[in-house]
Amino acid sequence: MAAIEARDLTKRYDELTAVDGVSLEIGDGEFVGVLGPNGAGKTTLLEMFEGLRRPDGGEVRVLGEPVWPRNPRLQPRIGVQLQASSFFERLTAREQIHTFARLYGVGTGPADGWLERVGLADKADTRVEDLSGGQAQRLSIACALVHDPELVFLDEPTAALDPQARRNLWDLLSSINDSGRTVVLTTHYMDEAEHLCDRVAVMDHGRILEVGTPAALVRGLDAPARITVAPGALSPERAAAIPGVTETRDDGDQTVLVTRDPAGVIAVLAAGERLDGLTVQTATLEDVFLALTGREYRA
Amino acid sequence: MSRSAFWALSVAILRGFVRDRAAVFFAVVFPLMFLVLFGGLLGNQDQGKVDLVQVGAVPLVEDLPDDARAAFDDTFEVTTSNDLAAALEKVRKGDADVAIEQRGDRLVAHYTQTDQVGAAITQGTLRAFVDGANVAASGRPPTYVFDPRRVEDDSLTTIQFVTPGLLGWAVAMSAAFGAAATLQGWRQSKLLRRLQLAPVGTGTIVAARVAVTLVVALGQLAIFLGLGAAAFGLRLTGSWWMAVPLIVVGTLCFMAIGLLAGALAKTTEGAVNLANFLVLPMAFLSGSFFPLDGAPAWLRHLSEVLPLKHLNTGMLDVMVRGEGPGAAVVPLLILAGFAVVVTLLAARLFRWETT
Repeated sequence: MAAIEARDLTKRYDELTAVDGVSLEIGDGEFVGVLGPNGAGKTTLLEMFEGLRRPDGGEVRVLGEPVWPRNPRLQPRIGVQLQASSFFERLTAREQIHTFARLYGVGTGPADGWLERVGLADKADTRVEDLSGGQAQRLSIACALVHDPELVFLDEPTAALDPQARRNLWDLLSSINDSGRTVVLTTHYMDEAEHLCDRVAVMDHGRILEVGTPAALVRGLDAPARITVAPGALSPERAAAIPGVTETRDDGDQTVLVTRDPAGVIAVLAAGERLDGLTVQTATLEDVFLALTGREYRA
Repeated sequence: MSRSAFWALSVAILRGFVRDRAAVFFAVVFPLMFLVLFGGLLGNQDQGKVDLVQVGAVPLVEDLPDDARAAFDDTFEVTTSNDLAAALEKVRKGDADVAIEQRGDRLVAHYTQTDQVGAAITQGTLRAFVDGANVAASGRPPTYVFDPRRVEDDSLTTIQFVTPGLLGWAVAMSAAFGAAATLQGWRQSKLLRRLQLAPVGTGTIVAARVAVTLVVALGQLAIFLGLGAAAFGLRLTGSWWMAVPLIVVGTLCFMAIGLLAGALAKTTEGAVNLANFLVLPMAFLSGSFFPLDGAPAWLRHLSEVLPLKHLNTGMLDVMVRGEGPGAAVVPLLILAGFAVVVTLLAARLFRWETT
């Protein structure tokens, strides 16, 4: 059974079509990322999945149930993390998660367990206003999971976090998918999607442009690899003579070789013992993203 | 409605309130400051004694019979002096209100006109004593007797009048601010959306918020009555307990006004300011701070359309004027009517989100 089946979902605000005929199927236990620039329609799409917004067109079923109008059978089965700040004011971390546990009619024991699991046991008596950004995000995720939902929505969970806090959160996010839970995440960090997601959907202007595993999307881009070596390791003429190299460039502090056959080129370099300072850059999800959505600035 | 969810929400909201120093200050401490101000400082409104300097021998005063002498001492704080010039200087400087001397059969009072009311009282009182002495000197019993009686009960001191009005203002303020700030704050932080995603009905959320506001309002009632009785001699009349339903319905009414402010404003600060804008002038026009008896007729008519005026009047009637429980019925109906109309209006204007 699919966790989410969306067909032709459309949402319009006045002139703007925020979501434009999106069809997407997300399997049970999958970790799916929805990528897109600001204003691409990611949040609106998620809100229609969650039952917060009524679609203007199309249909969506979540865990086999219709989501609109508000479906009381569904709420205990899905968990949603909206934003770090959606907390009760002036409550401690423990009081916060206990309140959510009682709203879902589950015991406070599992709530304390979640506090432990997201690494906030020593911050249990700290008020939410005094938590750091990363701690607040982890508490927010724990509150979304306190009732052990089958399907979890996370809306930009690592936005505005420093690199350390982001990496810490990744470990937590991949662990919540390990137990067979379905996770749907929006982000605009490509490395995050590449690291965490089984599949990603790239979205822009309300449409889904591509869906696939990160590796398949990168392969599909068919972009050449860039091999760099230390300056002086190789003269530009000799570099250009290596079979498979389509373009060379000397930046002064490095020599760049562009090729579609990185394995062959590296073999030649290795044979000539010219591997000093070697790096290989293949296309990343970011290249896929930019190729699909363009480079113009978004508000 | 789930009881577990109701309790969880109520406890969360109450904790949030108790830990909000500003909210507690404005709900409890701030109105109590006014109670102390009015009850403590203005409570002693008896005219202070008139400072009288007796220059030389004044047999008219010295030979007063005992009861008349007691009445004289109630009115005048007497000091004696033998130096007329010094006594006049004291009066001129305001250190004394009047200096008296007796020249033969003539009682001469030197007074200051700076305090005209005081001067009139002093002259009138001294003249009464001279008249009394004349009657006594005639040897005949007086034909007429003066018997002044106050209309109000003996217990009707200032504190009796200010407590219900200030309590009404305090309850109105915290109910309106609480509702306005919660609605806007929860909407801003998306907590409202988050609760929509939990298996909790809108009715449960509203019920929890109302329950907490009622608990706070009844707490305000208890603190006001407790402090008023313990420190300022507040005495309640028979059906004061009718203040409880008045406060309950009044709270609902002002929560509705707060909801309206919260639905109209775009930010939490805007909502609180709008609630303040509605409640504070209303408190002045509803007699929370001073009675409206001396106000122009148009202003008194205007006050009739303000819900706080009816809350104040109802509480005044049952708490200190000694009226029966029935006196609260009309205010209760008016407040309930306001609550219903304003709630419907707020519900029409309400949006789940600010955008």
